[in-house]
Amino acid sequence: MAETKQVIVKVKRQASPKDPARWEEFSLQWRPSMNVIICLRDIAENPVTRDGKKTTPISYDSNCLEEICGSCAMLINGKARMACSALVDQLEQPIRIEPLSKFPLVRDLTVDRQFMFESLKRVKAWIPIDGTYNLGEGPRISPEIQEKGYPLSNCISCGSCLEVCPQVNEHNQFVGAAIISQVRLFNMHPTGAMNKSERLKALMGPGGIQECANAQNCVHACPKNIPLTESIAEVNRDVWKQALLGWLTG
Amino acid sequence: MRQPKIIVVGGGLAGLMATIRVAEAGVPVELFSIVPVKRSHSVCAQGGINAAKNQKGEGDTTDKHFDDTIYGGDFLANQPLVKRMCEAAPGIIDLLDRMGVMFNRTPEGLLDYRRFGGTLYHRTAFAGATTGQQLLYALDEQVRRHEAEDKVKKFESSTFLSAVIDEGRVCRGICAMDLRSMEVKTYAADAVIFATGGIGAIFGRSTNSVVCTGSAQSALFQQGVDYANGEFIQVHPTAIPGEDKLRLMSESARGEGGRVWVPRNPAEKRPPRSIPEAERFYFLEEWYPKYGNLVPRDIATRAIHRIVYQEKLGVDGQAAVYLDVTHIPRETLDRKLEGILEIYEKFLGVDPRVEPMKVFPAMHYTMGGIWVNGEDQATNVPGIYAAGECEYQYHGANRLGANSLVSCIFGGGIAGPAAAQYAKNLEKGAESIPSVVFDAEKKRQEEKNQKLISQDGSENPITIWREFGYIMTEHVTVTRINKNLEMAEAKIRTLQERYKKINLSDRTKWSNQTLNFARELENMLILARVITLGALARNESRGAHYKPDFPDRDDANWLKTTRAKWVNNEIQLAYEPVDISLIRPRARRYDAAK
Repeated sequence: MAETKQVIVKVKRQASPKDPARWEEFSLQWRPSMNVIICLRDIAENPVTRDGKKTTPISYDSNCLEEICGSCAMLINGKARMACSALVDQLEQPIRIEPLSKFPLVRDLTVDRQFMFESLKRVKAWIPIDGTYNLGEGPRISPEIQEKGYPLSNCISCGSCLEVCPQVNEHNQFVGAAIISQVRLFNMHPTGAMNKSERLKALMGPGGIQECANAQNCVHACPKNIPLTESIAEVNRDVWKQALLGWLTG
Repeated sequence: MRQPKIIVVGGGLAGLMATIRVAEAGVPVELFSIVPVKRSHSVCAQGGINAAKNQKGEGDTTDKHFDDTIYGGDFLANQPLVKRMCEAAPGIIDLLDRMGVMFNRTPEGLLDYRRFGGTLYHRTAFAGATTGQQLLYALDEQVRRHEAEDKVKKFESSTFLSAVIDEGRVCRGICAMDLRSMEVKTYAADAVIFATGGIGAIFGRSTNSVVCTGSAQSALFQQGVDYANGEFIQVHPTAIPGEDKLRLMSESARGEGGRVWVPRNPAEKRPPRSIPEAERFYFLEEWYPKYGNLVPRDIATRAIHRIVYQEKLGVDGQAAVYLDVTHIPRETLDRKLEGILEIYEKFLGVDPRVEPMKVFPAMHYTMGGIWVNGEDQATNVPGIYAAGECEYQYHGANRLGANSLVSCIFGGGIAGPAAAQYAKNLEKGAESIPSVVFDAEKKRQEEKNQKLISQDGSENPITIWREFGYIMTEHVTVTRINKNLEMAEAKIRTLQERYKKINLSDRTKWSNQTLNFARELENMLILARVITLGALARNESRGAHYKPDFPDRDDANWLKTTRAKWVNNEIQLAYEPVDISLIRPRARRYDAAK
């Protein structure tokens, strides 16, 4: 009989924010095109550690499993990435799985990323339409603008860019690259541009764009390849212009 | 004056649209969702959204959209509301455009349109191949704006358990569980709109997201909300097989010129690109010359099954066919289909711009769902409304591609104001209902949790779910045979017995996902029986429902809506006539122009 290949997975567990963290190791049966989500499901079906101890299924967030909902971001072998597209065959073993560290922990691999959604409120990341009743077509947009805007609007709010940013830490409420890039997106839209200055002002002050120290980790971590550093540079110029204008006009 | 309040359960396209409309009506709204609403399953919709804007000068009209939709649905949909939807669709596109959706554009700066299945017109507006994501974000942003103005309150880590229904059989709110604290609480409301989406998890693996279990629909069914046409399940012809999920490969790949084929020689060993044209079998184009690769999904899916199981022509002898876009210029692929091609590349490590994709059909969508009236998305229980995939109204026996997004937004847009109006008109609101009504429901749900957490058993819920999914996929999807349906139904009952002995392996009371899943599983098993019994009873073939023993549509006996009811803790099937007042049923065929 052929020997069955095993996959060794180490998971950082924490029962609740108040409990201490610990590691558990699991040995799973390898299968083709296995990803980290399948590993976590296998553990849920048979929650026994590698040394035979019974444990609980691992708490984690997941939904679409095709890297478009943004739920399953976690640290896999130290790298912030989506668990669904993390294929076991491409990972060094033992596979180390930890929760994102820059967000409040809920349990095991589940974290609370509400901060990102609150930040979207802060910068008014929307087009302020008059109402949903029929007012005819939207403004014409050139293919060129569309091709710039569409990649920015692919942001899945996974939090990877915040996770890798050295400026996101306990001393700092930096909104992070994803949010700044959303400001660029809405300011680029003909209707959105009417409220450009409001969004730029929201990026001034504590946690605003000036917190960026240009480490450029964000752009490498983004699973959707969003040109985040380009967004930061462009929005930064606009914020300076806005600030200067405010200073000149008193 | 009394201030009414509305609850919306589910934050996909339909739920968000309903929420916006309620907020616009000046009524406070609470929005419940299992996941942060930006992560809802609508993000998975890829290809586009239909509206007869006739922007390619082809003479398209909303009447043609209406006819395509009714014909595509094999005449099972009630017609008047479908007509209204098709008429509203161009306005919906305008609205989304105003909200800032980054739709693809023509050189003139207008919206671009592409072709989709079941129509001969360019009627599908799109944002790359991630249209659902882009539309969901637009509505999510509008809801966030209302939230910032305190018109909307979100509960985004909360699962619906049951409706609170008073002695007069009127809905007065919901009972929900916080998925972190696991606390069970009731929330009063004058009307509740359900927009709880699809039911993919009932089939184990599907193109759906993890949260699409149908648990809410089933819970409502068990509280007396009728469920219609459950047996109509759409299996999408082109998905990438995977163990955790069957990932959708959008119809838009074919809309942009992608071709489906297999080698004519079953023993073919050459790589696909070196197989000459003459030795390729483009079976959809050959069998359906008029629509070709863009026949409706039920037709394409059955054709692929025939190629694989009867003709034994699956690629490499496996359950797979080629979906080929390699002849399309790379620039077009990247501009119009990048999102889906990236999925293929990421999960399979093969570049579909260079190598034909290997795909196979996968459970994708439920045409059936919560019964609603033909007017304003109201269910048979006063105070309960439904919109989106969770209801049955718009797609008949088969949904056309790119019609789901429009039905979500249209249905949500009707449900919102209708529920607000109902709430305003109520003489006595939820505030007048004695607390004992709410307390009793809360107690019932808490007891269920306690029992699950404390019981000792030998069964694992995930193991039951896996077996369950295999049964449903094998017997209750593409080809249905009565004796197999009977066996499947019996097996589900056996699983229901085994379910009574499940052991949760997690008895904690903080973020216990096992407990939540076990609760969903119980509901899934019941809804699966509604689907299976509906399929067993319907002795005809119509749209996605195909029985080789009854290969024809039978209008004399079966031009009727299945309406399942829960009576004395059992499923009862009733039937009602279909409103065919606008288009007379005619034979449905796609080998020639209709």
